[in-house]
Amino acid sequence: MIEAYYLIALGFGATAALGLAASWIDRKVTARLQYRVGPPLLQPLTDLVKLMGKETTVPSTATRPVFFAAPLTGLSAVMVASAVVWAANANAQSGFVGDWIVLIYLLVMPSLAMIAAGFASGNPVASLGASREMKLVLSYELPFVLALLVPVILSGGSIRLGALVEFQRESGAVAGNLSGLLALLVVILVTQAKLALVPFDIPEAETELAEGPLIEYSGPLLGTFRLMRNMMLFLLPFVAVTLYWGGASLSGWGFLWAFLKVVALVAVTTVIRNTNPRVRIDQAMRFFWGPVTVLAAASVVLALVGA
Amino acid sequence: MGLKLKALLKSPWVFHLSTGSCNNCDIEVLDCLTPRFDIERFGMLLKGSIRHADVLLVTGSCNRMSAERLKTLYEQVPKPCLVVAIGECSLSRGMFIHSYNCPVPLDHIIPVDVYIPGCPPKPEAVIAGVVKLIEKVGGKKGD
Repeated sequence: MIEAYYLIALGFGATAALGLAASWIDRKVTARLQYRVGPPLLQPLTDLVKLMGKETTVPSTATRPVFFAAPLTGLSAVMVASAVVWAANANAQSGFVGDWIVLIYLLVMPSLAMIAAGFASGNPVASLGASREMKLVLSYELPFVLALLVPVILSGGSIRLGALVEFQRESGAVAGNLSGLLALLVVILVTQAKLALVPFDIPEAETELAEGPLIEYSGPLLGTFRLMRNMMLFLLPFVAVTLYWGGASLSGWGFLWAFLKVVALVAVTTVIRNTNPRVRIDQAMRFFWGPVTVLAAASVVLALVGA
Repeated sequence: MGLKLKALLKSPWVFHLSTGSCNNCDIEVLDCLTPRFDIERFGMLLKGSIRHADVLLVTGSCNRMSAERLKTLYEQVPKPCLVVAIGECSLSRGMFIHSYNCPVPLDHIIPVDVYIPGCPPKPEAVIAGVVKLIEKVGGKKGD
């Protein structure tokens, strides 16, 4: 019963609402950085409602089962992933040993859904976008896993998210240590790539690939993908807050404080995306396998010596 | 006015198609996205894929080659979709009215919802045209 509550009320309901809010913050901050006014608060919701009412077009060259399954797979993976993270924050005793590993797997599912969607569309441009997305996944996963190892090492080898949150409540945020701070930096960079935002929006480079893997999607399927994206925009900063920035207390004023921490990380992501040009795919791979992996490895070593 | 239509009018995503214009209209359309006019206030976004669009902006005098592409694109838009003709060329073929290559104006090829005259129309005129379109489709009192 409690699992169903976590999955439906928090994993889907709260994450979707906060994801749409995060998407509004992203668009509003972008607009303000460009001296524009920006869209109204309910704009992401309006977009979603509109897309749900549109016609669904399927290209004759598409692989129909995969074309329809990809957005639903991505959305349900994000739902389960956020339910796991909410559960760890709401009740540190909940969860199971190894949900940290499950979370890593679930966080890669949206990218896999995008890849499947691109290849199933039967459009050469979408396939190109999907292949770039694949290369991007290969490049950022290693530093991401290394960075996620840091809180585990500092807390003495626990791979239960609830235990990691509890550890931070007792002895301060992981980002308070040098190793945790470096790992948080790596996670912020990887967040940028996982969300396919500038400078790593290579898969959907709008000037060359139109919308990349999403080019053939329309109506409710596109809406599902957008909702998945918006939920990820909230979920990844939420994971960073949970693992590095003291966790999110969900009672009383703690909720507001946790919300502000997530908003701050979303704003950082937006500022990065508005102040950088897009890099090429080879530059992105070199960046993630070079400096970022070195940084992540350094933070793991520092964590092992206890800094 | 149903929820579907209301949401459509609050977030019209625009696909911009040039059927052989001199590029002046296209530049004026892009001007609408700049900080001075900022049409994202009204939920409008310029989209790169026709499948994501709700409004098809057409500029240029449809010549024999682009008319076929225009028809294909119109069939590819997920309905409901609105069509806006921008500039003298797409309204009446402008200076190409006697050309062998521009047999018919745009509204003889696909149905057009609103016409924005000008050579090129100012961004203010484009925004005024879109407001008229929203009033027309939304069924408000206006002209």
